[in-house]
Formats: sequence, structure tokens, C-alpha cells
Amino acid sequence: MKVLLGIGGSDDSLDALDRTVERAVEAGDELTVAVLDNPESDRSADEVIDHASSVLEEAGLDADVRHLTGDPGSELVELAGREGFEQVVLGGGERSPMGKIRLGHIAEFVLLNAPVTVSLVR
Amino acid sequence: MTNDTDAPGPFPTPPHAFEDADGREITVRSLASTDADGIESLVAMYDDFDPSMRAQGIPPTGEARVRSWLDTLVGGDAYNVVAWHGDDAVGHATLVPDGDDAYELAIFVHQDSQGCGIGTRLIRTLLGYGAANDVGHVWLTVERWNHAAIALYEKVGFETMSAESFEIEMEMDLSTARVQTDNTG
Repeated sequence: MKVLLGIGGSDDSLDALDRTVERAVEAGDELTVAVLDNPESDRSADEVIDHASSVLEEAGLDADVRHLTGDPGSELVELAGREGFEQVVLGGGERSPMGKIRLGHIAEFVLLNAPVTVSLVR
Repeated sequence: MTNDTDAPGPFPTPPHAFEDADGREITVRSLASTDADGIESLVAMYDDFDPSMRAQGIPPTGEARVRSWLDTLVGGDAYNVVAWHGDDAVGHATLVPDGDDAYELAIFVHQDSQGCGIGTRLIRTLLGYGAANDVGHVWLTVERWNHAAIALYEKVGFETMSAESFEIEMEMDLSTARVQTDNTG
């Protein structure tokens, strides 16, 4: 399957990276990692790109890593439609001190606007 | 504490006893981390909690996850109050420190005890308990379609801060709240 993973550097997105790479190796998915400018993340896009490249290298998976600039949600949705991805994967949200799951703004936008199936990794 | 009429409250402090709309004697008490029996009763309440009444992933499902979740709530620096009907826990409300000098609030009332005014008494007693312990900024998130919960939060004095996402964020400044000295109300 042709899978587009969007990560912005939040902890849940890095968890989604690990799990999606693992899954792609098992299932033979054709994976593209899109690094997004997430204002809610403390990590820079360059740091996230380096991290994604090393995770892919360790797993021995050949996947594109791209940096998407501009509005992260709409750029990701646009890319998914334009290049015929079958699934978009995102982190499943952070937990509040209480333990409530809080979806990020990018996930909310993509869930409502993506033309294809969206998976949230939990 | 001031007499400013715009300030939130007055809120009761635990223990707070009242008769609910069904005529049952309910008492709201604080829950100490050392109260093993109280925690067991609370585990039983959550274990029997209607899964459709969960919100934003809590309470978790399954006894083991409920226990681990309650451990973090009751074992830490959170303020917890429980509504009791006899020996049964029928509601729980908590203020959890967010590490940034503020507290996140949540409240749960067992499905068999909803609609008889327990939630309002429970949250007001939690706010009184917090105010008496110098809790200042309190916030919460609520799913935007959860109108009953939003109405409850507004009634006790929460104001909406952000409503642009799936969740509404609400907050209250407890530092000026009035606390009832007479706890019969």
C-alpha cells in the first residue's frame, strides 16, 4: 500500500514513525515520510528529518523523506490527493495531565479533509 | 477569599452531605491516597462505568488500566473528592496539577446516579476543596458535542477560552473564589 506518514516532531508523531516503519517493513508498504512544520512541537524540522532518516536506515527501509513547508494540514492533504496515496498516517494525540487524549490541530484538519483513509497510531 | 459578587462560588468544602433529587443521602468526601477501601470502591465504580459515557479516552477500560490511571490521580498531588451513597462510590471529581501552576479538572458520575444533581454538588465541592488549598487556575477540556457537561461547567463558573477544535477549553480563576463556611447547603 502507498502510505503517507505526516510527522511534526511531537512525541506521538515520533511514536507513529517507529510503528509505521515497523509496519511498512512487515507489509511491504511503499512509505513516504512528510515532515511538517508543527508550531506545537519543540523539535525543528531539520532535527525531525535527521531522526526520521536514521529510523529508516536502522530498519533498512527505503522511503522518501520530504519536508513540507506551509500550512501542515492542508499541504499533507494536498500531497495525499495529488500523488495517489491510499492512506495517511498520523500520531494519535498527546495525553493531558489527567490522561485525556488531545488530538493536535493537524490531525483534526487531516481527519476532516483528507480524500483517503486516515490512521491515528495509538 | 473576598466578598466580590463576581467571584466564583460560594463553594462548599468536603465533607458535604445532601439529599439528591431521588431522595438519597449523598456525602461528598475527600479521598486520601491511604484510603485503600475508598480506592477499591472507586475502582468498582469505574469498572462498571458505561463505556459510551467515556470522554477523550478516560476512564480507561479494564480493571488493570483503571487501577493504574487512579494510581496516578490519587497517589500524586491531585485533589480528589468522591460522592458516596452508603458504601458505594457514585461519582468522582479531581484536580490534577499540570506542572505549570494550574490544575486540570475532570468529573465522572456513574450512569445510575446521573440526572439527580450529584454532578453539580460534586464539582462545587471539588472547587471549594481546591480553593481552600490555594488552587488558583483551573482548566478543562470537553468534547464540543457534550452539551450537558458544558452546561454544568458554565453553571459553576467556567468560561470558554478556546472553541476552535473538536474540544472546547474552559477555565476558571479559583484564587478569588468564596468558600462556604456553613456546609449544610
